[in-house]
Amino acid sequence: MKTRQILLDHGSGGRLSHELITGLMLPAFDNAPLSELHDGARLDIAGMRLAFSTDSYVVDPIFFPGGDIGVLSVNGTVNDLAMCGAAPLFLSAGLIIEEGFCLDDLDRIIASMTSAAKNAGVTIVTGDTKVVPAGTADKIFINTSGIGLIPEGIIISGDRAQPGDKVIISGPIADHGVTILVQRKGMEFESDITSDTTPLNHMVGGMLSSCPDIHVLRDPTRGGVGTSLNEIAERSRVGIKLYEDKIPIRAETAGICELLGLDPLYIANEGKLLAFVRPEHVNRVLSVMKKHHAGKDACLIGEVISDSHAKVIMRTRIGGTRIVDMPAGEQLPRIC
Amino acid sequence: MSIKHMQEYRDPVISKGLIESLWRISNRPIRLMEVCGTHTMSVFKNGIRSVLPENITLVSGPGCPVCVTPQNEIDAFLGLSMLEDVVITTFGDLIRVPGTQSSLQRERARGKDIRVVYSSLDALDIARKNPDKKVVFLGVGFETTAPTIAASITMAREDNITNYHVFSAHKLVPPVLAGLMEIPDVRVDGFMLPGHVSVIIGSDAYITFAERFRAPCVIAGFEPADILHAISMLAEQIEAGFGRLENAYTRAVTAKGNQKALALINQVFETVDTCWRGIGTVPLSGLKIREEFSAFDAEQVFEIIVPYSEAQTGCVCGEILTGIKSPPDCPLYKRLCTPTEPFGPCMVSSEGTCAAYYRYYCG
Repeated sequence: MKTRQILLDHGSGGRLSHELITGLMLPAFDNAPLSELHDGARLDIAGMRLAFSTDSYVVDPIFFPGGDIGVLSVNGTVNDLAMCGAAPLFLSAGLIIEEGFCLDDLDRIIASMTSAAKNAGVTIVTGDTKVVPAGTADKIFINTSGIGLIPEGIIISGDRAQPGDKVIISGPIADHGVTILVQRKGMEFESDITSDTTPLNHMVGGMLSSCPDIHVLRDPTRGGVGTSLNEIAERSRVGIKLYEDKIPIRAETAGICELLGLDPLYIANEGKLLAFVRPEHVNRVLSVMKKHHAGKDACLIGEVISDSHAKVIMRTRIGGTRIVDMPAGEQLPRIC
Repeated sequence: MSIKHMQEYRDPVISKGLIESLWRISNRPIRLMEVCGTHTMSVFKNGIRSVLPENITLVSGPGCPVCVTPQNEIDAFLGLSMLEDVVITTFGDLIRVPGTQSSLQRERARGKDIRVVYSSLDALDIARKNPDKKVVFLGVGFETTAPTIAASITMAREDNITNYHVFSAHKLVPPVLAGLMEIPDVRVDGFMLPGHVSVIIGSDAYITFAERFRAPCVIAGFEPADILHAISMLAEQIEAGFGRLENAYTRAVTAKGNQKALALINQVFETVDTCWRGIGTVPLSGLKIREEFSAFDAEQVFEIIVPYSEAQTGCVCGEILTGIKSPPDCPLYKRLCTPTEPFGPCMVSSEGTCAAYYRYYCG
């Protein structure tokens, strides 16, 4: 009765995206690095441990408070590499541009990419440009891929969360998604919220130097903290217990989410990370994070527990409990 | 109201005190209905069921507008989306609701012009900017959304926007409460009444119902302390053996409601008998666009062809919407019916009971 077709939800990062990846891509491409389902692949080549990652950016609008599609495309791939424990080195950039796109806007985007790359300490070494007829793409889409080197002794993977591990978040959640939302056509809120897009690799470098035994790193982009934690719980076959009153969120961001009936746990971040560390390493990792701008509001939000059902549970402010499920679909399409 | 002020109603200490007093005062087994879907979601999101004494059972009611919209109306929305030059504008909640053969989400993927808006005024704006299109807003909701939708219609008339139309599938809360009591299997000892609806209609709107059925009724806000407070008030009434209307949401709800909003509703709409999914036809429980505004009434303007319409079999949405059953009682729940492959609207609406269970329930 129902035609098989791609819905916006398939690109959401939520349950349908997950089904598409595990049901279609994974069996088709079938290899060990891919099956880890991490932010990037970890590869052993000629005695070196490389991380390799790719991401496409279709954010609408292309310019928003705190950044634009250019800076997002650089930081996003830099962060995906950093979440593998790698020091990002080189990036590629593929641009798909709609006929008629304003060259001044392209200048701005390229300038943003240049300064973002400099800021992150990476070099854009190869690229591609395609132009498609007006109406067949919306303004500009950017793909970036990147490679980085994973230092000796670092093993970061989504399946390494262990009961007892503590869960750290690097700062307040949901700012990027809410920023994009309020910029969208028809949403006329007075708001000072800006995107949190920022490179996390320098902070991650510091964290790993101080504590090489970090188990999991993940940047909760599309699908937000709730989706990332569900993925980690599932990969590691553990439960995760969150404390609602510990999860940082700016009052204004929380207010807009509430007004629009959105759950900030599922809203995209572009400059935040989740770290799973042994309890004895928490203070050390937190103190390193707090020295970096990207982690100055870092805090503990939960812990890993034994649970064969791999559920994420929230202890609510009033002392009740509830599940934090993986969402069916994205609340907001084209967020990054 | 500022978020800072809201924090008081989320204060763990206040909530703890309310929970403790509830454990003290409530002894007999009671079933309380959260009539409103937003209450259901807040109950789950805050883990309220997990802190209540075992003798108190919360059941969900018909207060999710998308959920109570009958199948033939959902299919009519889909029928409208097939018409040439029609732009469908809707609240996001309806997008995933399954019709008999498709959903708005699937039709959007097939290229139909279906846009999610946050207000009917956004829909009116789309009509203003696209004079060559016919813009239809799907008016699904209770007394809460009806005033802005009425306003969009009066504004369209004043500004001479002739390509804006509303499909009114509005429903009214007080009549359905009486309708519920007529259903033999419904067993509810007390009603937690919706806060937002009551802001518009005022607490007096429930007097007839409360007196006729001697039903314990408490109007409640949506924060955890609001809900716990309302549950305590209901438990006290029931333990004391009486049933009356009380207002636990006095910071927002007055006796007479929002007179301006009510006048606007009355100007544009008239009350009619209407069909509720799972409940059937309830007298004078719907809002139809008045003849005077028929040029804006999508049902009058368009010939809507519904090829085939039939409610899903096996889905117990009806019993869930009347609090007779809980989602885990449904044979389809979590097995065949999930948020990605829903059978009924209760699984996809953000206020749906099945969606709340699926997302938050630890059992």
